[in-house]
Amino acid sequence: MITFDNVTKSYGTNIGIQDVTVRIKKGDFVFLVGPSGAGKSTFVKLILKELTPDKGTIKLKDIEINRLSNRQIPKLRRSTGIVFQDFRLLPQKTVFENVAFAMEIVHMSQRAIRRQVPQVLSLVGISSKANKYPHELSAGEQQRVAIARAIINNPALLIADEPTGNLDPDTAWEIMRLLEQINYRGTTILMVTHAKDIVDKMEKRVIAIDKGRIVRDDASGCYGAYEDERLTGFLGGVFDKNAK
Amino acid sequence: MTKMLNSWKYAFKQAFKQAFRNRAMSIASMFSITAMLLILGLFFILVVNVSMVSETAKKQFDTIQVYLLDETTYEQASVMIADLNRMEGVSEATYQSAEEAMDKWKVKWGDNAYLLDGLDENPLPNSIIIKVTDLQEADAIVARVKTFDGIEDVKYYKDTVDQLMKITRFIQVGAMVVIVFLVIVSVIVVSNTVKLTVLAREREISIMKYVGATNWFIRGPFLIEGIFIGILSALISVGIISYIYYKITELIGPEIFIMLSTTMVPGEFLITHLVWIFLALGISIGASGSIISMRRFLDT
Repeated sequence: MITFDNVTKSYGTNIGIQDVTVRIKKGDFVFLVGPSGAGKSTFVKLILKELTPDKGTIKLKDIEINRLSNRQIPKLRRSTGIVFQDFRLLPQKTVFENVAFAMEIVHMSQRAIRRQVPQVLSLVGISSKANKYPHELSAGEQQRVAIARAIINNPALLIADEPTGNLDPDTAWEIMRLLEQINYRGTTILMVTHAKDIVDKMEKRVIAIDKGRIVRDDASGCYGAYEDERLTGFLGGVFDKNAK
Repeated sequence: MTKMLNSWKYAFKQAFKQAFRNRAMSIASMFSITAMLLILGLFFILVVNVSMVSETAKKQFDTIQVYLLDETTYEQASVMIADLNRMEGVSEATYQSAEEAMDKWKVKWGDNAYLLDGLDENPLPNSIIIKVTDLQEADAIVARVKTFDGIEDVKYYKDTVDQLMKITRFIQVGAMVVIVFLVIVSVIVVSNTVKLTVLAREREISIMKYVGATNWFIRGPFLIEGIFIGILSALISVGIISYIYYKITELIGPEIFIMLSTTMVPGEFLITHLVWIFLALGISIGASGSIISMRRFLDT
């Protein structure tokens, strides 16, 4: 599904990611974890071709995306569903229209839209809010709309960039269950997250990045100890100071 | 094919929804385009009318009258006429006897013509009427005429006409400069107004791109919205201008025009032309305004 071959991307002297080689199979559910600034965003942006790698090749299905021209980017984006931490719904459109928009972009007819949008809205459990505007919804509901929009065109890949970051734990779990359900239907999911308890409980594949390199890749892993060590190290330092 | 149709349908639907949801902005841009077109239209009317007046004046003053001395015979005059008819710039030179001139006066005076009957002797001289094809040649013709013997006086209005032409040209050039200036200003104003709407929707546009919309897909509705606003503004300003124009014509009244022996360009003629000019201007201002203002947001 996604293949990175020796991919390096740096911003001036700052390293985004360095020499990353990774393979994500179709139907996988992958967590991408790591501290802020480790290169997670760069990883995602490279898949979306918001950035072009300095070295290496990136393949999505069998398309070498670093070779795509700017004109082909919209097509690439359409084959990939994206969910963000801040939902990014169109504020001027209703829930229905927000989801319909993703279909309008691929030139679907109004009839197809009227048929499919309600189905997806009910799949994500938000049918009753179809005519509301985003600002009238709770955070969890907004994220459901965003997910509905991301999957309406049946993308093979769904990228979720900290989808639970703005949600309370209960709502976060609802969203996770929804993502899991989507994953069961065959959609590959790549989720960037900081939510340790979610990663630990889901027991999915975990790719950990630090300082631009993949430091760990467990088929069924947890959030990882390295951050805990750092945290205790940091806290230890604080406590030591206090002790003095 | 149906895909194209779907996109067009979407773009149109979206444009109107957008225009309606951003009413304040739509109305603001409409006002600014309308204001520009109004000022533009007034200048346009001014130019057209001044040109028309000067054209009429030119036509009226395209004759040179040569008054002959009483001793000058018809034969001598005929020689002069033959000579003049060979000259460049002369469309026709004709002899007008004192009697013919008197008859013309009588026709002109109409009901009061009986007053002329009281004259013992015809006070009018025999004359040669020279119609010139080009007023620029008048000087040469007059110079030539003055070399003839048996001439009492030469009357022509070149100086007056020259003056008029100068004024006309000044007004025309001035108005053109103002019009060009106004068009540029209105494109800037509109693109700034649209830029504000686009700025307010910068986030929306970036989201659209994330979901995979092409640039034209995003631009389409804005473009149609701009064109739509342009068309509306054009129609509004044409409406206002025609109202003002008819009012002015009415106010001045036909008497004054007869006195000045000129007239204003007929309203229907002016308005039908103005509609097309304004539609073209409105559409291009609206369209270019929205395209220019979106450029920066659509760079990938």
